[in-house]
Amino acid sequence: MTRFVLKRLAGAVLVLLALSVLVYALFYLAPGDPARLACGERCNPQQIAQVREQLGLNDSAFVQYLHFLQGVFTGRDHSTGTSVTHCDAPCLGLSYQNDQQVTQLVLERLPATASLALGAMVIWLLVGVGTGLLSALRRGGVTERALTVLTLAGTGTPVFILGLLLLMAVCAYLQWLPFPSYVPLGEDPEQWAWNMLLPWLTLGFFESAKYARLTRSSTLETLAEDHIRTFRAYGVGERSVVARHALRGAVPPVIAVSAVDLGSMFGGAVLTESLFGIPGLGKTLLDGVRTIDLPVVVGVVMVMGTAVVLANVLADLLYAAADRRVVLT
Amino acid sequence: MTSLTDAPAPVAGLPATGAARQVWRRLRTRPAALVSAAVLLLLVLLALAAPLLAALEGQDPHTYHDDLVDSARGGVPYGAFGGASADHWLGVEPGTGRDLFVRLLYGARISLLVAVGATAVQILIGVLVGLAAGLGGRWLDGLLSRLTDVLVALPMLVLALALTAVVPRDFPRPLLLILVIGLLGWAYTSRIVRAQTLTLRSLDFVAASRLAGSGRWRTARRELLPSLAAPVITYAAISFPTNIVVEASLSFLGVGVTPPTPSWGQMLSTAQTWFRADPAYVLLPAGLLFVTVLAFTVLGDAVRTALDPREASRLRVGTRKESRRASRAGSLKEASR
Repeated sequence: MTRFVLKRLAGAVLVLLALSVLVYALFYLAPGDPARLACGERCNPQQIAQVREQLGLNDSAFVQYLHFLQGVFTGRDHSTGTSVTHCDAPCLGLSYQNDQQVTQLVLERLPATASLALGAMVIWLLVGVGTGLLSALRRGGVTERALTVLTLAGTGTPVFILGLLLLMAVCAYLQWLPFPSYVPLGEDPEQWAWNMLLPWLTLGFFESAKYARLTRSSTLETLAEDHIRTFRAYGVGERSVVARHALRGAVPPVIAVSAVDLGSMFGGAVLTESLFGIPGLGKTLLDGVRTIDLPVVVGVVMVMGTAVVLANVLADLLYAAADRRVVLT
Repeated sequence: MTSLTDAPAPVAGLPATGAARQVWRRLRTRPAALVSAAVLLLLVLLALAAPLLAALEGQDPHTYHDDLVDSARGGVPYGAFGGASADHWLGVEPGTGRDLFVRLLYGARISLLVAVGATAVQILIGVLVGLAAGLGGRWLDGLLSRLTDVLVALPMLVLALALTAVVPRDFPRPLLLILVIGLLGWAYTSRIVRAQTLTLRSLDFVAASRLAGSGRWRTARRELLPSLAAPVITYAAISFPTNIVVEASLSFLGVGVTPPTPSWGQMLSTAQTWFRADPAYVLLPAGLLFVTVLAFTVLGDAVRTALDPREASRLRVGTRKESRRASRAGSLKEASR
């Protein structure tokens, strides 16, 4: 167990290093000139040269990358012309826009994304898993056909269409809710919940389609197994077979996939956040892309990469914890 | 769909027409697949004929019609249904008065073009990487497989979005979208190809080809590729609608094709401000995108079943093997959120 965790964590570190090389090369050594971007539109060549010096862009690519890594592990000093700012570890650089530390920016934006992701997860676990179970247990009926169509449509539909239609129906026509605007949980929990309701429903229903299919197939798979047949042959009631034995087989994949999904949400649910104006990581990334703020873009991508890789390790552990037949090696 | 998947069949002397006929025979028995195919055929024809239809209607996608929108009400089109009339069959765009019918058609062109291009790039890279991993030594295989794992794990939309930041603004956007989606989406194809290659290369006919003196690449091309065609086509059919969604999503986020070139995602993005005043402007592109993606999904699923008779549709019957295979083949693949 401990060995497995250590081995996987070592692997994760390697993967992340590789990812950082790739991301660094793609973004900072790409054709665009970071100094020009950092300096802004109205810079003259001297100013650009100065910024280039400050950002250390005259060093070789390898040295630049080492500085980047140094920043992540020990922090580093950034000179911004007149003053020197210390950027604490884990330092992901300073935003070109306002010299804010990217790490700080990410931490500021994290609560919004977390509120969205956790609320949506509650919905996909309730709706998705419920739907999947229902269609697995009542095979062949009208319910199953309806659910098949629903999951199919749900999987294919872009999330922003669902969100747009909900906004249009609930806010514009029925006027049950005002158009959402994000209120932090710490400020006013009630307003937070009301404003997050539509984003939760949108993202939750969207993901539900996937979970319904996952639950359905893993339940059917378990029901087809030998030990279930044995239970039935011994005369164990159908209700008990399902509740006590089939569910046990159906749950581990759901947990594992949920963990991975939560991890990838650290890159932000860009579409949902952008549609509902939630100031989360996805919105941060989008703003960074629009203003070509490379440190922000690289920062969010690296944070997301880390979260995804760690979530995958976590998913394996949870899977093994939930299904004791799985042996971790 | 591309030369890579089409080419191998005749080379190996596989009766390509026979296989196609067999697929068709299986598809024919599934009404949902037939309806989808018909809808898509119509869509493709409409997209191809966009300039003709525009000429027929007497409109073009770029001309502003200020006289058709009510500037006093912020640019809402005059008349019901978004200003639909004999001159403008589906009405006009609020704010600008550009013809909606023609813009939707041209949007379909972009959508299909990007999806076809991106799928082709995905197949090309996926097959090459998969073959290299399957035939190469342990190190190469390890390296490529890890790379594939990382790509599979990371959400495509976020990476695609990030990548658009570093490309110069004047780079042609449709090509950029094709490359970005193509470069990020080959991982599943390469996994499938690698797995198939590992199975195939131990079989007698491959060994025979090697013994007959063929080199590695010749063997790969003549013996392996034909057998890889079915799974690759299958996966391409499944990933096609995903590619459409990613294009629409990127355009929705404002990093897709640049205005004034019309695209569905971009229309939906501007439509957000017109909910109440002009619902048609939301519903038309949303409906088109929905129907297109749904039809491609249904058809992709049907093609999968038709090409692999052992595997019943994952949407209808769930057996053990099937569900495992489905999750491996990426039916639970990351969707754009």
